[in-house]
Amino acid sequence: MIPELGHFALILALGLALVQSVVPLWGSFNGRRPWMEMARPLAWGQLTFLAVAFACLLQAFLTDDFSVRYVAEQSNTLLPQIYKVSALWGGHEGSLLLWVLMLGLWGAAVAAFSRNLPLPMISRVIAVQGMVAIGFLLFTLLTSNPFERLFPIPPEGRDLNPLLQDPGLAVHPPMLYMGYVGFSVAFSFAIAALIGGKLDAAWARWSRPWTTVAWIFLTIGIALGSWWAYYELGWGGWWFWDPVENASFMPWLAGTALMHSLAVTEKRGAFKSWTVLLAISAFSLSLLGTFLVRSGVLTSVHAFATDPSRGTFILAFLVIVIGGSLALYAWRAPAVSGGGRFDLVSRESFLLVNNLLLAALALLVLFGTLAPLIYEAAGWGKISVGFPWFNTMFIALSPFLVLAMGVGPSTRWKHDEPGRLARLLWVPLILSLGVLALASTGLMFPGNLWVGLGLGLSTWLVLTHLVSLKERLRNKGGLGGLIGDLRNRSRSFYGMWLAHIGVAVFIVGATVVSNFGSETDLRMSPGDVHEVAGYRFQFNGAQPHDGPNFRAQRGEFVIYKGERQIDVLHPEKRSYLSGGMPMTEAGIDPGFLRDLYVSLGEPVGTQGDWAVRIYYKPYVRWIWLAGILMALGGLLAVSDGRYRTARKRVPVPAGGGLARA
Amino acid sequence: MKARQKRLVLVGLAIVGVGVAAALALKALQSNISYFFSPTQVQAKEAPADHVFRLGGLVSEGTVKRADDGLTVTFDVTDMAETVRVSYTGILPDLFKEGQGAVARGRLGADGVFYAEEVLAKHDEEYMPPEVADTLKTAHAKGMTEAADAARVAEQTGYGSAAGTVAQ
Repeated sequence: MIPELGHFALILALGLALVQSVVPLWGSFNGRRPWMEMARPLAWGQLTFLAVAFACLLQAFLTDDFSVRYVAEQSNTLLPQIYKVSALWGGHEGSLLLWVLMLGLWGAAVAAFSRNLPLPMISRVIAVQGMVAIGFLLFTLLTSNPFERLFPIPPEGRDLNPLLQDPGLAVHPPMLYMGYVGFSVAFSFAIAALIGGKLDAAWARWSRPWTTVAWIFLTIGIALGSWWAYYELGWGGWWFWDPVENASFMPWLAGTALMHSLAVTEKRGAFKSWTVLLAISAFSLSLLGTFLVRSGVLTSVHAFATDPSRGTFILAFLVIVIGGSLALYAWRAPAVSGGGRFDLVSRESFLLVNNLLLAALALLVLFGTLAPLIYEAAGWGKISVGFPWFNTMFIALSPFLVLAMGVGPSTRWKHDEPGRLARLLWVPLILSLGVLALASTGLMFPGNLWVGLGLGLSTWLVLTHLVSLKERLRNKGGLGGLIGDLRNRSRSFYGMWLAHIGVAVFIVGATVVSNFGSETDLRMSPGDVHEVAGYRFQFNGAQPHDGPNFRAQRGEFVIYKGERQIDVLHPEKRSYLSGGMPMTEAGIDPGFLRDLYVSLGEPVGTQGDWAVRIYYKPYVRWIWLAGILMALGGLLAVSDGRYRTARKRVPVPAGGGLARA
Repeated sequence: MKARQKRLVLVGLAIVGVGVAAALALKALQSNISYFFSPTQVQAKEAPADHVFRLGGLVSEGTVKRADDGLTVTFDVTDMAETVRVSYTGILPDLFKEGQGAVARGRLGADGVFYAEEVLAKHDEEYMPPEVADTLKTAHAKGMTEAADAARVAEQTGYGSAAGTVAQ
């Protein structure tokens, strides 16, 4: 009975979405207040029904209701309770339900936190959110209903994929989806502004916090995914350029460009049409990501079910969304372009460089991801694009991005003197060149050109940001100014500062781990000792070990540095009771400056020997630390009081051009 | 500079940048793509002798052999029509199994053995890399051998749940 209730709630949500996408929009055209005022309650209603549907599915999982096909496929009575919850989004249907629930959450959040927006604007934004919801609800109901019953009822479920039975992965999809879906808000604002024909600084100011919040979630989601792949897949990599990873990275790149472009639109009124285009791109790339993951057109680490009807549906939806919004853009953008002028040496220019490079990187990732499809469609054969290609592209372009990133924050809007910049930045430049030279020649420590480049660039970022911080404090009256800024409402500068330092931290981590990390495959007999980077790994054999729903062979490795024992690691080779699928559980000794990582391959020979993989991963944690810093920077920027009080000062216009017509 | 000139400079820089990036990207792509070949194509000498490519098919039953010492392993990959021997040194992925699909990336040696640098295996019981599925379907269409078996395996594609291959 309860699953049917959930199904019914989903259908009602679809009905509401239809009303939501038509009535407020229509009201905004002919100025009928009651129609426009329906927007907010409709958004709340939408969330309510989606939450009911979600709760019904959750109940089915918690009570092991295997009469529901999806539960039978994803869960098992032996599954620990916490994973019964996360199993809800472990498969296609449930993760889609999570997706629409989040869309409902974002819609309600827009309704709740935009009291000061003009009514026509908010009703259009919520109407566009409704249109997106129609697409996804139709998709759920027509091709992937999570409430479908199964008969005869199986006595036991098939169990959650063991790879997904992990705390990291329990939170990774919700975070990622909050990011993906969050860009729908920036998209809705852009489309609403296009419909209204009015793109101004106020529009940019409204969009900025939403975009930043979505970006924070996406950043955390991607970092969590990378961390999960690192310790759970058992092969020690932190990024594979897998199509699914790329699917989350493309919206991130576009979203990062969008955040910066919105800053220019808000402060200077420039880049308007470009900003709109980026908002459309960021959301379209999120949809494309969904298409790639769901349709199974690409081989990947975590491709979901490959049901052609689903792929076709999403492809059609993608075409409608992208085609429709670009058509609207082509029609309305000429009317809204124009804006502040700026000189060649100005903050606008550096942000333009940033935007072009980020867009180029996003396009390259898109091209690399789709190249196998293009080749196959053109009959040029079946190919795969190796990760060295992606690495080369990033190493070629990102230095320019980082150089511009260093200069930008110290540059003035509209016009700046090259001489002033040179006086400010010559010390960081000389010092970073020094680091580059030292690390490249390997005089102080073993290094090469790549190490020099990476460390030189991060030095550049850190020092230029220290300079810009110093300049700001000088203008604000010293450290007192900093505290005042943080207490008052100028936090966004420090948010930007922290996020940029995060980039420097990331570059250090990625550079060091790629150049000084090591990986050894070897065969070890019990009692064997192997030395890596000054650490001795002693293998004490593997013993059987039973978990709640799996059996394992559990190895013991004692690690010594010099004569001192620093840790004992227990990597496991697990096989789950519900299926024959074996799994590698790595043993990791984490550290701020290095990780020691051991995983078991397979038993070899008859003497208790194992194939073993040992990694030394210096500075690898810095990569995820960078994700945390960027997310914190984003939070700081969003908490800037400007976004709350400034809205109150915005005079409430009677609506855009069309509303008057 | 006048506004128009400035805009021209910016647009010009953008075009040059995009052009250079595209040229570099395509050039780099040429050396980084690896083509996929089936055992039948390899035996017909269609695969390049000096270039990295990917070979895929089913791992033949009873052919996986580990060397007595060290980590070298050999196995046969088949598309039900032809078979190629693969040699690999290292740890195989968790889901590598006899009778299941696998894709190996490496070079073909002069001795006809494929020396793999990387072996990918499917990641759940029902999943088959699309290339392998195609390979098997082709062999089936040509009515070569054991077609029924190949078809059974090929039909499994399209119904996987959480699935995939993992780079080592």
